[in-house]
Amino acid sequence: MLSYIGRRLAGFLPVLFLIVSLSFFLMRLAPGGPFDLERALPEQVRANIEARYHLDEPLWGQYLRYLSEVARGDLGPSFRYPDRSVNELLGLGFPVSLTLGVCALAVALALGGTAGILAGLRRNSLIDYLTMSFALGGVSVPNFVLGPILMLIFALGLGWLPVAGWETWRHIVLPSFTLGTFYAAYVARLTRAGMLEVIGQDFIRTARAKGLREGVVVLRHALPGAILPVVTYLGPASAAILTGSVVVETIFSIPGIGRYFVASALNRDYTMVLGTVVFYSVFLLAFNLVVDILYAYLDPRVQVR
Amino acid sequence: MKSREPGTPLGGGVAGCREGRIPHSGGWGASPWHDAFRRLRRNRLAILGLTVLLVFVLAAVLSPWIAPFPFDKTNLPYGAKPPTRTHVLGTDELGRDLFTRLLYGARISFAVGILATLVSLTIGVAYGSLAGYAGGRLDHLMMRIVDILYGLPFMFFVIILMVIFGRNILNLFVALGAVQWLTMARIVRGQVLSLKVREFVLSAQAMGASPVRLLVRHVLPNALGPIVVYATLTVPAVMLEEAFLSFLGLGVQPPMASWGSLASEGAAAMEPYPWLILFPGLALTVTLLSLNFLGDGLRDALDPQITSRR
Repeated sequence: MLSYIGRRLAGFLPVLFLIVSLSFFLMRLAPGGPFDLERALPEQVRANIEARYHLDEPLWGQYLRYLSEVARGDLGPSFRYPDRSVNELLGLGFPVSLTLGVCALAVALALGGTAGILAGLRRNSLIDYLTMSFALGGVSVPNFVLGPILMLIFALGLGWLPVAGWETWRHIVLPSFTLGTFYAAYVARLTRAGMLEVIGQDFIRTARAKGLREGVVVLRHALPGAILPVVTYLGPASAAILTGSVVVETIFSIPGIGRYFVASALNRDYTMVLGTVVFYSVFLLAFNLVVDILYAYLDPRVQVR
Repeated sequence: MKSREPGTPLGGGVAGCREGRIPHSGGWGASPWHDAFRRLRRNRLAILGLTVLLVFVLAAVLSPWIAPFPFDKTNLPYGAKPPTRTHVLGTDELGRDLFTRLLYGARISFAVGILATLVSLTIGVAYGSLAGYAGGRLDHLMMRIVDILYGLPFMFFVIILMVIFGRNILNLFVALGAVQWLTMARIVRGQVLSLKVREFVLSAQAMGASPVRLLVRHVLPNALGPIVVYATLTVPAVMLEEAFLSFLGLGVQPPMASWGSLASEGAAAMEPYPWLILFPGLALTVTLLSLNFLGDGLRDALDPQITSRR
């Protein structure tokens, strides 16, 4: 197991190298620099600024410098917020985005899991049809439509929840549901399919024959097998939730990484955009590794070698 | 995920089917398609989806003739009004007719959906068939790359691409297509891997067919089912991504409008004028739902072994 994790971690290095290099050169290819937007600067000021950010060096020099800085975990200064480093900005935004992502994932697993189990147990019943219609609807409503509509109903109309911002737990509810619904729908479909596959198997019949209560049979015997597809889906889902949080953070004015990212992409804040991509890639690679290990733990048939 | 969802109808039945409506397929056997079409016709949801889509696409194509107003005609003194008899879906703050804007927006949304799918189809089929056909080390390497790319925050790269190469429609097609080919590559590779050792391929090979001819003439036509199904499921994914980018202001630029940018404007103005978000949202939702119905129906009809990741 340890050697497996070791090898996977070693495999991250070339991937990260590729990501950093690719994004670095893509950003530098872009016409127009971060300082072009303001009114024309005096020659000397401009030269000083460029020297400060090493933009006056040849491209390969900048590239090597960036690589060595990233290797030391330093993502450089932000071009747009000169007194802040990218690390600081990410440090400010990440706890917010992480909270939102975890809450959305929790909504997805709780809603989708429950719906999927019920639908799978009572196949072709009214519950089954209702949850599966909900699931189909859920994957078809884009989150940037759902968000404003939820806001319209629960915040502006009924006044139960705050409209936007990020202060109390009440601010988390609408964004998490907005972000989580799509994945809830998907999780429901996966859980239902998994449940249908598992529930007909011999070991379930044995468990029932032993006289166990239905709740125990379902939760302890059937569920671990049934949620395997859901676990596989967690990797891509978390990547997508991070992406989706870009829109949700924009809609609900949440000060997370996603909003910084869009703003800095529009402002050509090279280092901030690069830093976000590198940071999220590391996060996702690590998360996928965790998912793989979890999978092996849940399914003893899978051998981690 | 692993296989067809249990419980979906396998189709069958011997209901009569009209000649001439079967997609004719040259030399490679029309009969499986014949069967598939019959199964599809029995799936009411898929047919409903198909009908809705045909109506929408037709409306989009004919929008210059059926739209009640010119799409950029403003009427400032009229302003934003809820639906009335002249403006069936209401107007926005500039007094522009929302129904007209939605019709023209549909053109952009569908165009992006179809063209970006074609881009992803091209890349995915080429990559997947190369990996599947080459096999061995190259295949292993190429599929490892796909595995890794799966884990990356791809929309972030699309956003970078849009910022760098400018926010025009052509870049939108390419950027979206360029990140959507992963699943297609996997499916094609799996199909090629299993088809290339079948007798008819081996015999063609023995007769001296070149690798390209083998792939194009013998292997890929037999993998067409899964390819068509997955391409159908790619369209809604791409349309959603276009809308997502346009919502952030990174996609279609004014005065042009797509459903995504209309939803974005609507969300900004929804507080006093809720219909501005409701109708674009509804149009998008109904279209995506129809495409998903059709895709699922096609999957059941063609019954390929698809490992879909979305």
